[in-house]
Amino acid sequence: MFMSYENVQQVKVIVFQIEDEEYAIPVHHVGSIERVMHITRVPKTAPFVEGVINLRGVVTPVIDLRKRFGLEGYEQGGRTRIIIATIEEMDIGLIVDGANDVMDIEVEAIQPPPEVVGRIEAEYIQGVINVGQRLLILLNLDKVLSREEVRELHEVNG
Amino acid sequence: METNQYLEIFIDESKEHLQSINDRLLDLEKNPKDLAIVGEIFRSAHTLKGMSATMGYQDLSNLTHKMENVLDGVRNEKIYVDSDMLDVVFDSVDDLEAMVMDIASGGTGERDVNRVVALLQTIENKETAEVKVAGHQATNKTNVGNPVELDEFALAVLEQSSEQGLNNWIVRVALREDCLLKAARVYMVFDVFEQAGEVIQSTPAVEELENENFGTSFQVLFVTDDQADNLKNKIMKISEIDDVHISVFDVDTYTSAQSDRDSPSSLEQEEKIIAKQGAGKPEEQSTAPEQKGKQAANKTIRVNIDRLDVLMNLFEELVIDRGRLEQISNELDHNDLKDTVERMSRVSGDLQTIILNMRMVPIEQVFNRFPRMVRQLSRDLNKDIDLQIVGAETELDRTVIDEIGDPLVHLIRNALDHGIESPEDRRQKGKPVTGKLELRAYHSGNHVFIEITDDGAGIHRERVIQKAISNHVITEEQAVNLSDKQVYELIMESGFSTAETISDVSGRGVGLDVVKNTIESLGGRIEIDSELDQGSIFSIQLPLTLSIISVMLVEVQQEKYAIPLSSIIETAIVNKRDVMHAHNKKVIDFRGNIIPLVFLKDILETPQTLEEDDDYLLVIARKGDKMAGFVVDSFIGQQEVVLKSLGDYLSGGFAISGATILGDGQVALILDSNALIK
Repeated sequence: MFMSYENVQQVKVIVFQIEDEEYAIPVHHVGSIERVMHITRVPKTAPFVEGVINLRGVVTPVIDLRKRFGLEGYEQGGRTRIIIATIEEMDIGLIVDGANDVMDIEVEAIQPPPEVVGRIEAEYIQGVINVGQRLLILLNLDKVLSREEVRELHEVNG
Repeated sequence: METNQYLEIFIDESKEHLQSINDRLLDLEKNPKDLAIVGEIFRSAHTLKGMSATMGYQDLSNLTHKMENVLDGVRNEKIYVDSDMLDVVFDSVDDLEAMVMDIASGGTGERDVNRVVALLQTIENKETAEVKVAGHQATNKTNVGNPVELDEFALAVLEQSSEQGLNNWIVRVALREDCLLKAARVYMVFDVFEQAGEVIQSTPAVEELENENFGTSFQVLFVTDDQADNLKNKIMKISEIDDVHISVFDVDTYTSAQSDRDSPSSLEQEEKIIAKQGAGKPEEQSTAPEQKGKQAANKTIRVNIDRLDVLMNLFEELVIDRGRLEQISNELDHNDLKDTVERMSRVSGDLQTIILNMRMVPIEQVFNRFPRMVRQLSRDLNKDIDLQIVGAETELDRTVIDEIGDPLVHLIRNALDHGIESPEDRRQKGKPVTGKLELRAYHSGNHVFIEITDDGAGIHRERVIQKAISNHVITEEQAVNLSDKQVYELIMESGFSTAETISDVSGRGVGLDVVKNTIESLGGRIEIDSELDQGSIFSIQLPLTLSIISVMLVEVQQEKYAIPLSSIIETAIVNKRDVMHAHNKKVIDFRGNIIPLVFLKDILETPQTLEEDDDYLLVIARKGDKMAGFVVDSFIGQQEVVLKSLGDYLSGGFAISGATILGDGQVALILDSNALIK
């Protein structure tokens, strides 16, 4: 994944918050940031799949990132947002505790992930970035949104 | 040349041309003497060749060229149309199709076509051998100074004019070397021509002449009732004209000479032609009149279906907002606002109809592959089949069209293989030797019906029952009470085949049970009617569109779900006292049938919030002969909804076949009742 940043010096990222940690995803993956709207539960899907929303006429799945990271499910607050991320032309909503910032970060500043960062499993992490006093965790969206896990679940139940 | 942007158009048009070649070849088989048909095929092939050469698909262009040579031989009556010859041409069309498909799926369109090329070559060589003699004579007879290239439109005009006693001339006009305004002279000469008759063709082309893209002379092919001397004088009166030479153009001589030149006897010559076309030379011959015809015939544009989906989505957003507006205007009770909102509702209603109509395509798209298939199958099976297609213009939603092809293929194969008897059998039964197969499509209400009718052997009731019993599809007791229709429908149960011996045809593909499943998954139904020795009718009923379905909206706890109306028999309220237990399951007696209750809140694992009532609200649904009662908490009502996919991420989920967006903007899931009834 570092390969993709070979020819650029800076990446623009969206910074968001879950519990006390700050996470980042490259801005080209982000379609929009939405306020929380009505989410329709879809039975018998992976526990972290919160359901589907009506995103301007397109039925879009929504994932609770907290549950994905093995934390407690989200509780809606004023800052709760749904980040619409696009991967392989597929839109998926990510529920986060708050979307804070858009930042330019130096590619050089991205460091490989340490064994364990905070409480989330290291496989979701592409790297960590130290910006001044803030430590941003750069997410590997492919892993976070892994279709296989969703699919395996279908096979078990289906 | 950057051709990527044209790729889609190229693929679409190639498919169209191939389809038209296919269709016309079948016509040709019926009327082998009709050279007009050959002309049409030739034109399609020619355009295809030109397109593929321009796009850089050499294999495609080469094979088309070989095919074109053969067609040209036919056109000039050097090759006779027979089944063997057509088989080879059909084979090459198959190869061409495969290449185009390959290109469509991102390939290079390369393919080993040696076998077909060799076969085409053999046909062509046979021709050249025969032509040589004739060609020799022709060159002696011909009085054409410069070779002219003519399409058959021009030829037809020329033939007709000579029949009417008009003169066909080749007029060669030479301008003086020192002519200053060549284009102006040309214009004046043409002025004379146009007064005296009709210019069929000019060499070089008029455009070139206007751009002064020629030496000092040009020639035109000219039809007139004027006298040669007269015309010559008129032209000579124009200044700066050096000489006018008029010779008679003889159509017959031309045709034979043409075929002599066009059918290259040496490889070298051929390569030249290919090289010439490969360089993307403008198509001078037949393309022009055809394109003119096309423009007149249909004024359409191609739109990617994805774009229509986007349009549809946006439109639904509008409908949802419309709903809110209506509500607000009712609350405010302001007359002007009310009027405006009402008008907007009407307009958007019309808009919705139009958007839906845009997705409709004629079923012709599916039907037009069948004549070819039936031809091949009837040859393989040694049966004579007359295929009739009725109602090919019937329109269906694009999504249905995409799905219905394979089931139809299977039913037609089934009719040819098991339905229509061999010619001997038919003769013995006193039937016409040629079997009839009719494919008919028509609208009725909100549905489209497709019927496949054959006049074959029909379905043998007893044999079906025997087979069903021996295959444990039904028991002997059940067999007694079955109606004819029910018996016929047994052949669509899984694992059932009425074929005594498995032929090559029935050996491939899927059983009729898959056909039935596919049709039912489209929200359709299939029925069979049959009479022994008179034939069978397979009747398919399909919804007009898949994108809008009628559903029953229900609430399970506090979640809303939609159940497709097509699978619902009725709704009912049952008191808890009337619920019985069988095999540890709750069942009820519904009009004499014991049917199981399905508690949706358990299956859907909804969060429990509501107290249980004394009565159960039931939606009685069916899947084939099986029924079940879904227990819900309240009925919201019947509604037309727009079907949405759940997307890749969640598709294949449990008992959910899709989603829809309700008037309040929320998503409701659509229950797949087939999955819920075991």
